[in-house]
Amino acid sequence: MIPLILGITLITFIVIHLAPGGPVEVQTEMSLKTSAQARENLKKLYGLDKPLHTQYFEWVGRFVKFDFGKSFVDGRKVIDKIVERIPITLTINILSLMLIFIIAVPIGVFSATKQYSLFDKVSTIFVFVGFSTPTFWLALLLMILFGVNLGILPISGIQSIDVSEMGTFERLADWVKHLILPVGISAFGGIAGMSRYSRSSMLEVIRQDYIRTARAKGLIESEIVFKHALRNALMPIVTILGLSVPGLIGGGVIFETIFAIPGMGQLFYSSTMSRDYPTIMGILVIGAILTLIGNLIADISYALVDPRIRVRNK
Amino acid sequence: MTLLSVIGKRFSKNRLAVIGAATVACLMVISLLAPFISPYDPTAIDVHNVLSPPGRAHLLGTDELGRDVLSRMVWGSRISLKVGFVAVGVAISIGIIIGAIAGFYGGKADAVLMRFVDIMLAFPTFFLILAVIAILEPSIFTIMMVIGITGWMDVARLVRAEFLTLKERDFVVAAQALGASDLGLIFRHILPNALSPVFVAATFGVAGAILTESGLSFLGLGVQPPDPSWGNILTSGKDNITVAWWLSLYPGLAILITVLSYNLIGEGLRDALDPRLWDVEI
Repeated sequence: MIPLILGITLITFIVIHLAPGGPVEVQTEMSLKTSAQARENLKKLYGLDKPLHTQYFEWVGRFVKFDFGKSFVDGRKVIDKIVERIPITLTINILSLMLIFIIAVPIGVFSATKQYSLFDKVSTIFVFVGFSTPTFWLALLLMILFGVNLGILPISGIQSIDVSEMGTFERLADWVKHLILPVGISAFGGIAGMSRYSRSSMLEVIRQDYIRTARAKGLIESEIVFKHALRNALMPIVTILGLSVPGLIGGGVIFETIFAIPGMGQLFYSSTMSRDYPTIMGILVIGAILTLIGNLIADISYALVDPRIRVRNK
Repeated sequence: MTLLSVIGKRFSKNRLAVIGAATVACLMVISLLAPFISPYDPTAIDVHNVLSPPGRAHLLGTDELGRDVLSRMVWGSRISLKVGFVAVGVAISIGIIIGAIAGFYGGKADAVLMRFVDIMLAFPTFFLILAVIAILEPSIFTIMMVIGITGWMDVARLVRAEFLTLKERDFVVAAQALGASDLGLIFRHILPNALSPVFVAATFGVAGAILTESGLSFLGLGVQPPDPSWGNILTSGKDNITVAWWLSLYPGLAILITVLSYNLIGEGLRDALDPRLWDVEI
């Protein structure tokens, strides 16, 4: 995992330094009169006058301590800017992962056990449409429907303006209302994909000999499906769930921007627009690390559902 | 019967895949004929017809500058086609080269290259794309390249896996014994046999690239106005969300239909190219 993280930091660093202008150009292009002296001062301030490899090693050295430097935009520490954004992004991602799991796995299981039934066909169509839908478009349509036409759901932010006047329960309800659309939409594509994976994973399992054995010894169908088949079918699903973390985090850029949710995605979008390099680097690295953590959790849950792995490691 | 005609026959039996292929063919014709069939100039501003709803003069309405939405969508179809094919072309070329080297030579080269694949896969791809595009200038060329450069990992894995099994096969060993060079072995003997999963991945890749482009254009980092693309029409849809639903509905529908068609083709190809499924149904 350590070489992986080093590789990630290296690529991030290279990407940022592809820039033809560099941050100093961006800051000074507004005022053409900025003197050459002022530019040099700015460069020195950001350490941009040093050779590239020195910049990289200095940056990695500080990165180990989670010190990504200060934002070009407002001079605040990058790590503070990111950390205050992480909870909301993580909340939305965890909620939508849960939603994906709760909805997609049953769909997949039922389509597999009733292969070629009406339910299977309908869910297959849903999967293909879901795969192909631009989620930001779906977001727009739902905003028009629920926000503009019906007026029952808020279409931006994570809390109402008058939130401070509300009681605890009202505040919670307000929060839930704001999160329904973002969570639902970020889960939407995942539900399509995941139900497809669970279907094929389940189909593979129910053709196995041990399922035939279970059936032959007269177990009732529900016991076969949920006890014998599902546990085995879950393993690839868990892996895919872990692998879908980068997609969810990356997808956050679009819907956090649409719904004006102050999460990592939105911060990333605004930093790319202002070429705030330290923040961009910080988020790229943190995003990649979150992905690795997601994979790690997937590996651990793999061990939880697969007794063979536990036994082998003893 | 040749292999190709078997595959063609199996593909054409899949009704949904054929519908997908027909839709894509229609889109290609539309984008070729864009100058002739689009009712208005896609960039012509008409201050008297700002945000007019769909009607007889403007079938799909106009945007906030009075530009005809239908015309902009017809011209926008060109972008989707171009992005899909160029981006996937780039991704496949990189994927094949890296996968072939890793699978053919194995050992250290394989270990290093696959580590690289792991690293690339760990990035939230959309972040990476966004960063590169914002740093370089947002343009259709940058987008195509960046989507390609960040999307080759699956192809590399597929090609590597094919190479690993193919290089042990008798016909490859025989060619090697006859003195074929490494390049000859890779490109003449092994690669042609490793291509079918790549075709399938490519088709799904086109679908993905179109979705990504529309998202980028929607964020203002893709095709720059006044040039039309389905994604940037949706941006005006968002800006005028309370008054002009047609700006949001139609371009998104076009993206959905196009992407769906490529996905259906991909699914049809996968079934048609998978020999394990052949004896079951023929």
